[in-house]
Amino acid sequence: MPDASPADAAVAVDGLVMRYGDKVAVDGLSLTVGRGTITAVLGPNGAGKTTTLETCEGYRRPQGGSVRVLGLDPVRDRRALLPRIGVMLQGGGAWSGVRAMEMLDHVARLHAHPLDTAMLAERLGLGDCGRTPYRRLSGGQQQRLGLALALVGRPEIVFVDEPTAGMDPQARRTTWELLEELRADGVTAVLTTHYMDEAERLADHIHIIDRGRLIASGTPLELTRGGTHATIRLVVTRPFPPGSPESLRVALGAGTEVTQLDELSLLVTGPADASTLAKVSRWCEENDVLPEGLTLGQRNLEDVFLQLTGRELAP
Amino acid sequence: MSGTFTAMPGAAPLHRQVLAQARMEARLMIRNGEQLLLAVVIPVIVLIGGVTGSEHLGISLEHDPIDVFAPGVLALAIMSTAFTSLAIATGFERRYGVIKRLGASPLPRSGLLMGKVGALLLVEAMQVAVIAAVAFALGWDPSTDVVGFLLAVVTGTAAFASLGLFLSGVLRAEATLAAANLVYLLLLAGGAVVLPISAYGAFGDVVRWLPSGALGSAMRAALIDGATSWRDLGVLVLWAGVGTTLTARTFKWE
Repeated sequence: MPDASPADAAVAVDGLVMRYGDKVAVDGLSLTVGRGTITAVLGPNGAGKTTTLETCEGYRRPQGGSVRVLGLDPVRDRRALLPRIGVMLQGGGAWSGVRAMEMLDHVARLHAHPLDTAMLAERLGLGDCGRTPYRRLSGGQQQRLGLALALVGRPEIVFVDEPTAGMDPQARRTTWELLEELRADGVTAVLTTHYMDEAERLADHIHIIDRGRLIASGTPLELTRGGTHATIRLVVTRPFPPGSPESLRVALGAGTEVTQLDELSLLVTGPADASTLAKVSRWCEENDVLPEGLTLGQRNLEDVFLQLTGRELAP
Repeated sequence: MSGTFTAMPGAAPLHRQVLAQARMEARLMIRNGEQLLLAVVIPVIVLIGGVTGSEHLGISLEHDPIDVFAPGVLALAIMSTAFTSLAIATGFERRYGVIKRLGASPLPRSGLLMGKVGALLLVEAMQVAVIAAVAFALGWDPSTDVVGFLLAVVTGTAAFASLGLFLSGVLRAEATLAAANLVYLLLLAGGAVVLPISAYGAFGDVVRWLPSGALGSAMRAALIDGATSWRDLGVLVLWAGVGTTLTARTFKWE
């Protein structure tokens, strides 16, 4: 699926630059989010995901480049934009003594046509803790309340920052189903995550960010190349001799890529067949490399990320 | 297409948002045990203690002890809510990301500020009702200047609220908690809020310029003499100007 053109995109980020002091958090980032999609911004901690999201939400003024949400400037047109977006912060956002339902009802009252709060709480499994003060809610319950607060005003687009961090598997599934229902009802959802399974399962479109830059973009299928490619992880007992990735790539021939993960492991991406495996073992023999493990796997987003950055995605 | 979540965005009318915010903040203030202690319990104890104490010790005041203490304690109550409670609540709202969260809601900053003022006035109305009831039970017989009393409440609230917001904007939440309570205690003891300026001797020329001294004097003028003390109201307006300027220069919502 091609990117939506910036004009009718729900979100259009163009050349965004954000710094904190000397540290560059976002480094010329450009991406678009199509209306009515679930779009995941995937990347490790510190990649610039939250900063990018908060710029879209109007909390921060772009230091370079531009950001448009529903065609509006989030800073200049803040008042017009705010009722139309829903925001789920990464944490906090409620008085410590406020009861869960009280908080939800309060934010509902700030909107013209809020959702039925009892229904929303029920859908998010908050029915049992409606009278519990915020500080006594579990981490997962606080997250679900945060999501409810983002949805209650019936926004056109929701920005959810790490929505399922700290949730148990059941709550994660509930959250995913809810986001899918939002999409079915035409609401755009932008979520940041560092869970690949979340992005793969949920997103129509994924933007992978690392060190403030966009390093890959596409549908989950495009990014993992439809599963026709696979990965082989080669772990050895002694550090690889210099130039190993290149010599292995030459040995394997066209259509394969080799990425060094650390001094004891390499990632091979290419056709997953016996011939490739045989070539890898022959190369080991010729180069006096003793394999400790040779793992064949379907290429997933984790591998895509590893290959693009040479680093693990998980924090 | 109209599912459960189909978009239908919109902000509630501003006055409804402000009312919701004021009621919410007032409710939280009253629910908090320490804040309630500060708002009602301590003023009532000071009122009863002051009246019985001065009777036992034979301290001579120009008027009946209850007539002197009741307006002073009303001033104390307003100071505790507008300054100490507001500063502490706002400090922790910043800490917990409440202000950030509300910043993404349709409620504008001005609406949040109006909501806070509304909450202060709601809590103050409750405090005045409780303290006045206790005072009447102790035989209070005020000669009331309603305009002077209401102006004292409004200008006193403006002065202390602006100073409280300034404090909560420059300090961390815990430091705000400590400083706001300390300032409250210092002004209670030496700020001419409960006791009249005349009780401070030569030092009275200084304390009459404090917001606490001005609020206490304005209250006593309105409820003992039945007069509007424009001088004290002017001092409070000056302090409100100072506090507002400092807050506008330093306060960050997040």
